Amino acid sequence: MAMFSSRSWREYPQRYRLEASKFKKSGKTYYPPRTIDPSNGDTEWETVRLPEEGKVITYTVIRVAPNMWGDKSPYGLAIVELTDGTRVTVQMTDVDVEQIKIGMEVRLEFRRIQTEGEAGVLSYAHKAVPKWY
Amino acid sequence: MRDVCVVGVGMSQWGEVWRKSFRQLFVDAASAAIKNSGVDHLDGLYVGCMSGGLFVGQEHLGALCADYLGMAGIPAMRVESACASGGMAIRAAMFEVASGASDIVMAAGVEKMTDCSGDDATYALATAADQEYEVFHGATFPGLYAMMAHAHMAKYGTTRDMLSAVSVKNHKNGAMNPVAQYPFEITMEGVANSVMIADPLHILDCSPITDGAAAVIVCTEEKAKALGKPYVKIIGSGVGTDTLQLCQRADMTTIKASTLAAERALKMAGKTIKDVQFAEMHDCFTIAEIVICESIGLYAPGKAGAAILAGETALDGKFPVNSSGGLKSKGHAVGATGVAQIVEIYKQLTGQAEGGRQIPGSPKIGMAQNMGGSGASSVVHILEVA
Repeated sequence: MAMFSSRSWREYPQRYRLEASKFKKSGKTYYPPRTIDPSNGDTEWETVRLPEEGKVITYTVIRVAPNMWGDKSPYGLAIVELTDGTRVTVQMTDVDVEQIKIGMEVRLEFRRIQTEGEAGVLSYAHKAVPKWY
Repeated sequence: MRDVCVVGVGMSQWGEVWRKSFRQLFVDAASAAIKNSGVDHLDGLYVGCMSGGLFVGQEHLGALCADYLGMAGIPAMRVESACASGGMAIRAAMFEVASGASDIVMAAGVEKMTDCSGDDATYALATAADQEYEVFHGATFPGLYAMMAHAHMAKYGTTRDMLSAVSVKNHKNGAMNPVAQYPFEITMEGVANSVMIADPLHILDCSPITDGAAAVIVCTEEKAKALGKPYVKIIGSGVGTDTLQLCQRADMTTIKASTLAAERALKMAGKTIKDVQFAEMHDCFTIAEIVICESIGLYAPGKAGAAILAGETALDGKFPVNSSGGLKSKGHAVGATGVAQIVEIYKQLTGQAEGGRQIPGSPKIGMAQNMGGSGASSVVHILEVA
């Protein structure tokens, strides 16, 4: 499928800098950013950066992956709860997949994620690495 | 609103149906439903389909299906809610009849998933997840349900045997279903020793890729009586939604969209879950059936796995689940699944389930639970004998 660069660069602030929206009334932070707070309909928010540390609250090891991820499998995929309570779905890296477990303390690091589409757009974002690494 | 009845049903063959096209699968199911019901025309047609565009490069499915059914001219449209598309088509047809706008409407579902590579099919299915924040990072559908499974195991102590029991039960039922894709029994050891797809889910925890179509005729009770064929009533319909991303849900061990859909359907029917006697559930993965049994209130959170392992949801158990074989054994032609569930409920309520899979004791009320993606949308219907 063709991949247009606008679709990629539109996401840069969130993917590169972990920008999220923090709403005035509720104080809640959402990632990726939203413009309406689902908790109360508020539309006043400011951009904040997510913390880069957290822990694995659930995970899997993808052993059968689509072709584009074929050379990476098996790879760990986790839902990480960051220290401010927001959650992200990220790949685990720099870890033996057999060692991943719920409760593992991790840090987000900026990595290459994939080469998208026929144009081969290089896509970067964050992956989680064990804190002790 | 007027009472709405199901008066006839039809299925195409399900499986890797190389010789049939998307449109022919639809025509096979739709023609069977028309013949089964005895109706001489349709006032409208709703076609549930998740992704004609990605699986076979074809959109504009309402018109295509009406055309090849030999009925170009009738009102027809496609309904999409990922894997819940079929159930949503049922709801659309039901409300069209209930409103008084039409008397006889077909709800159909069709998906042709083997005209593309397995890799392309995986891509198409993944579009039901958040493309930019789940799929982008390498999430697959087995992967998302696997993360639900690990969370459920950590919170409630759900075991490998409980997961395997779902598959074993559904294959036992599916072995008696003449249209099932995989009509054979499997063992607990067979599931546990099958290849790992996404920990802790093995290949035999996963529903397959399937070509297939299903169709039902819904109409007013007056029309149903005039046709002189067995009919049942749709007494409740409910839909719920949730965040598209799994990680944004406060509790990843439940499907809130299904809780909402079931509550709404039961409220409309004037029933409680205790009044329902059996169900077809969306077992796209084994963990899904366990989570849904809890989400709709059939079992308390964390209690369904042990109950399934103990046989409580077997064909002769106190609440049979997936007498058709479910998605696991019957197959999961995604957009057709929600309609095929209604076909099974209709057959059970009218005593027409083939192959020895008729639920004992002539049940009177059944439920169909269908959902999309990792549970961001769900639709539930309650049907009762007339």
